[in-house]
Amino acid sequence: MRGRPALFTRYEADSAMLPTITQRVWLAIGLVAVIGAAVWLPRDWLILIATAFIAAIGVIGLNLVTGYAGQVSLGHAFFLGVGAYAGAAFGGEATEKLVGMGLDVIFWLPLAGLTAGFIGAAIAPIAVRLRGLYLAFLTLGLVFLGEHIFREWESVTGGPGIGRKPGVLRLAGWRFDLDGQIAGYSVTREQQIYWLTLLVLIIMAFAAKNIVRSRIGRAFAAVRDRDIAAEVMGIDLTRYKVLAFGVSSFYAGVAGGLLFTVTGFVNTNSFNLLLSFTYIAMVVIGGAASITGSIMGAAFLTLLPRIIDGAGGVLPFLEVGSTGLLSTSQLERIVFGALIIGFLIFEPLGLNGIWMRLRNYWKAWPFSY
Amino acid sequence: MSERLLVFDEVRLSFAGVVAVDGVSFDVNAGELFAIIGPNGAGKTSIFNCLNGVYLPQEGRINLDGTDLLGLRPDKIAELGVARMFQNIELFSNLTTLDNILLGRNLHMKSGILSSALYFGKAKREETAHRRRAEEIIDFLEIAQYRKSLVGMLPYGVQKRVELGRALAMDPRILLLDEPVAGMNLEETEDMARFILDIQEELQVTMILVEHDMGLVMDIADRIMVIDFGRKIAEGTPDQIQKNPDVIRAYLGEEFETEGLDDEAPASEGSRL
Repeated sequence: MRGRPALFTRYEADSAMLPTITQRVWLAIGLVAVIGAAVWLPRDWLILIATAFIAAIGVIGLNLVTGYAGQVSLGHAFFLGVGAYAGAAFGGEATEKLVGMGLDVIFWLPLAGLTAGFIGAAIAPIAVRLRGLYLAFLTLGLVFLGEHIFREWESVTGGPGIGRKPGVLRLAGWRFDLDGQIAGYSVTREQQIYWLTLLVLIIMAFAAKNIVRSRIGRAFAAVRDRDIAAEVMGIDLTRYKVLAFGVSSFYAGVAGGLLFTVTGFVNTNSFNLLLSFTYIAMVVIGGAASITGSIMGAAFLTLLPRIIDGAGGVLPFLEVGSTGLLSTSQLERIVFGALIIGFLIFEPLGLNGIWMRLRNYWKAWPFSY
Repeated sequence: MSERLLVFDEVRLSFAGVVAVDGVSFDVNAGELFAIIGPNGAGKTSIFNCLNGVYLPQEGRINLDGTDLLGLRPDKIAELGVARMFQNIELFSNLTTLDNILLGRNLHMKSGILSSALYFGKAKREETAHRRRAEEIIDFLEIAQYRKSLVGMLPYGVQKRVELGRALAMDPRILLLDEPVAGMNLEETEDMARFILDIQEELQVTMILVEHDMGLVMDIADRIMVIDFGRKIAEGTPDQIQKNPDVIRAYLGEEFETEGLDDEAPASEGSRL
């Protein structure tokens, strides 16, 4: 097949995740670049990008249930919170007031995901009877329930205003959250967190991509597009909705478990409605029903505040103090809102849609189609 | 040939006073192409919805080869081998033709969430094996060029064919066709008729056909049942049905009763009502 890379003679090759050599080469180059970038990026940027990696895991989870299976969930913040506290309980240090089992990260991170996943799957049967707006309201209720539980369950969460430390990033005695030395080279805490979260993101993203291209993902899409027809074709609606919520919550749990290891502190009021909306916005801006889009949306919205901060020095009407027309945080909120509206109206396929269009344009270039 | 595959016995379905299916009984033999005709609103699609488990009739018995279907969930009935092609296209419009047809294979696939996430070994082999079957159906229905197109973008006639393919991919024991040629031109209708006959002969699938195109029904059906206002008014071979005075009355009205009984196509005569 030399010289005809797009000619497939086997079904395996045709349904491969990266069918062409070009795609594989670019992915490899991209990965090397992202991994290598940690060497020269400043510490604050490393932390910011690591936060984007973690957010991307959570957004992939939300996209699985909302973008692929079509079940709108506003309760993602709740599952992020469950993951954060499960991670802290399994992987954090115990004090006289707080529960903490001090497990290694390789145990507590999956446990954080599983805890959130089981709670998601347990709540799903109630949600299965509802659709659209009603489901959105039910999941909205979860956020408020969660906020209350997180405030009151002080032996796990530390209580409001006090909080607690998240799970410790430790594996067989090695600490990822401290500066260290590997084979004579010194690595910073930020570099290690960056690489670790990148690794988790890669694993989770590939797993999600596999789920959506196999029978489970097709069944999710069938439930989303035509639920009655799906049922008549032998797809058990309850089973797949429970599965979608379970998997989505697992992803949220893992993301939640990692999210606060970056700052080193979990506050009980972090898991509010605004967090849920931010994740919905990342799905919308990145592109619904797209794993790549999830990552792009998470990266875009996580880096946006920093970009606007940078613009503060350039744009004349922005003032750092309170003297100007707008403060940067006000501008940030305006841009955030405008972006959601803009994408919904002009680019419903999100950043992924823009990317696909550009790619197809250059594929066909210099012809128009 | 004369083995009874499906028994539909005295089924009664009503919605708050409106009786949609009123004590209808019929049997379908294995390998047969059984047609149900009747004026609009007669209850044809309601019968299909009872068979599929979408509606639960208040009375009666539905039995597929010894298994009672009444009260089972639609997905369980699908697993027992009842497939359906819908009247209004009910394809998964954001998926490709291939994915739609592979969804028909879903009930024969076993991979769980973990093996799917790994996509390795057994899960991968399963995908490939079912892809092969899906490709056979794509070949059979001559839709290979639309394999990777989103079905929402395809022309109407092709969408109907994809929907037939999706139902066929389930390897059904009985296939319910709800107006497969509605809104099609002569050429598309003839293509569809050819596919239906091929399914009967090559794949030996038993079929129930609901259709308003009388020419098609009379040409390809083995037996026909006529219903009106939820009640069965006649059953028999196409010849018998065409000569049945009750059928002519249902289609053309009361006054026409004594005239023109021997005309071969009652629907082609103008109603005098």
